[in-house]
Amino acid sequence: MSAQVLRRRRVVRPRTAAVVLSGAVVTAVLGVLALGLGDYPLSPSQVVSVLAGLSDGFERIVVIEWRLPRALAAVVFGAALAVAGGVFQTLTRNPLASPDIVGLANGSFTGMLVALLVLGGGWPLLMSGSLVGGLAAAVVIYVLAYRGGIKGFRFIVVGIGVSAMLSSFNTWMLLRADVETALFASAWGAGTLNTVTAETAYPAAGAALALLAVLPFAAPALRQMDLGDDMARATGVRVDRARAAAIAVAVALVSTVTAVAGPIAFVALAAPQIARRLARAPGIPLAASGTVGAGLLLASDLIAQHVIPLTVPVGAVTVVFGGAYLVWLLVHEARRRP
Amino acid sequence: MTGETAEAGTAAAPSRTPRGRARTPVWVAGGLAALSAAVVLSLLVGANPLPVPALLDALAGGGGDEARFVVGEQRVPRTAAGLAVGAALGTAGALIQAFTRNPLADPGILGVNSGAAFAVAVGMAFFGVSDPSAYVWLACAGALVLTVVVYGVGAAGGPAAGPIRLTVTGVALGAVFAGLTTGLTLTRPDTFERMRGWSAGSLLERGFDVLLPVLPLLAAGLVLAAATAPALNAVALGPDVARAQGVHLGRVRVAVLAAVTLLAGGATAVAGPIAFVGLMVPHVVRWTVGPDQRRILLGTLIASPVLVLLSDVLGRVAVLPSEMPAGVVTAFVGAPVLIALVRRPKASGL
Repeated sequence: MSAQVLRRRRVVRPRTAAVVLSGAVVTAVLGVLALGLGDYPLSPSQVVSVLAGLSDGFERIVVIEWRLPRALAAVVFGAALAVAGGVFQTLTRNPLASPDIVGLANGSFTGMLVALLVLGGGWPLLMSGSLVGGLAAAVVIYVLAYRGGIKGFRFIVVGIGVSAMLSSFNTWMLLRADVETALFASAWGAGTLNTVTAETAYPAAGAALALLAVLPFAAPALRQMDLGDDMARATGVRVDRARAAAIAVAVALVSTVTAVAGPIAFVALAAPQIARRLARAPGIPLAASGTVGAGLLLASDLIAQHVIPLTVPVGAVTVVFGGAYLVWLLVHEARRRP
Repeated sequence: MTGETAEAGTAAAPSRTPRGRARTPVWVAGGLAALSAAVVLSLLVGANPLPVPALLDALAGGGGDEARFVVGEQRVPRTAAGLAVGAALGTAGALIQAFTRNPLADPGILGVNSGAAFAVAVGMAFFGVSDPSAYVWLACAGALVLTVVVYGVGAAGGPAAGPIRLTVTGVALGAVFAGLTTGLTLTRPDTFERMRGWSAGSLLERGFDVLLPVLPLLAAGLVLAAATAPALNAVALGPDVARAQGVHLGRVRVAVLAAVTLLAGGATAVAGPIAFVGLMVPHVVRWTVGPDQRRILLGTLIASPVLVLLSDVLGRVAVLPSEMPAGVVTAFVGAPVLIALVRRPKASGL
């Protein structure tokens, strides 16, 4: 019986599909806008004709070489973070379990700071520092939270603890650096696309897309694990293996993004929740999370670049809007359910 | 009335004095001894170590000029700040944990600190505030606004909404204000420079001029805390039982929010955001003294300054010749305790 029920659950819900689609459309519109805006403004029709290969010369350079890497990075990174957050939240069955809260971001920042301030390295060193830091934090949290199994609540609290340690260590490292270095590091630490170039954006986006392509193979197992470990085991899911694989993919996604753009906060936390509420789905819809996350990060980057008069890191924008939206949702939910 | 309520609350708790739980005079004496030791250490240890006779001379007004300066201008104010900040943060944590019935509640996790930090950053960036004694009012105002909003949003679903909702709200709003602070400071290097010193949470150079204006606020917060303690025992049994026992929940709520704001805002104003004291100490105290909120508050009041002072002392000598801010040390001491706590077989769930 349960097999039948589960099979029926796998049918794509129309509302979820609509959310995926409208997320993609909004992202595409924002993308055209992002490629057109700047010191040399282009109309949407000009952008589209460049993308269609119908226009050459300076416009092409502006769109393809100047603006595309950043816009593409925003889209892919947003999707990657959101999907990773969705995986974490599904596995722990807790909306708080986001890589931001769970310590990955702080670990990456610690790795980057050590690379920058102690080893004094350039971009390759910073990126590998951030990668190593994030992965090490994830492993430490997993090991500390493991006690004959992983329980959502324990995982989150251990994450909060390790995060707090790392973030205060980061604060202290910044305190010891000179102002210029500390400002640079802080902008990165807030999560920024200002420093993204074609050389860093394309490899990272490629890696993230490859990881995203792996995930559909794990998704059915994830959906059953959303029902609880015992239920999943009863329906034939190898729980520990599926979980380890999914966590590995999610951690790799977050680390890839963080290595290039720094820990961009709140996309991973807010996007899956927004997608779930928009889709009115019982679990977290991963594909919808992806398109919502892409739109969210791209919109935030547009705001960071063009709406705010000073250059702020996109992470400061995502935190404010993602967080504000989450709060609004909480208020709204409370009103609907008196 | 309240006395009866509290008695009933204690009697209804699962067990009165289980095995291994210390009797009140014993742990109060032990706590005070530890506190005195921490105070003495805080006066003695530092970049300029003083032998005990020199310390006594300096305290009595004698001794060399340098010793008098070190003790009178640095160690004594710093120790006083540590005592006040520790007591305030711990009590705020104990209050908010008891009232929200949420073992993870902490002024930091519920976003109060980031509200205070944001208000201070706004003051620095837009109003040119650079005097620590002026941060006080900003920090308190920020803490108050955020506490009220977090509680308002988090409790909007009624008691059924549960502590998770409050925690999510706190984390979300805390992140929003932290993001605003980041945006604000990164665009203004001078504000950034001042904020990064403040935001590590340190007792360095917190003289009496910073501490004295805050003391009345902290005292008022402690009085409020003591006044609400008996009612909190009833609250621990759930809102219905509390109401049946004659506790006016609305009044308790206002008192707790006011006390937390005064205590957390005041402490943050003095030392910057110091994490974990409010989260950790009430837990450890609860293991020792049992579930009675009056004892937990008293125990926390004694134990929290010990933690803050020892962290500060450790920070002075850990990375000589520079200093590690007390806030960094408390996180390094506190996080392992939190993790050990949640790894216990019977860890209290959310």
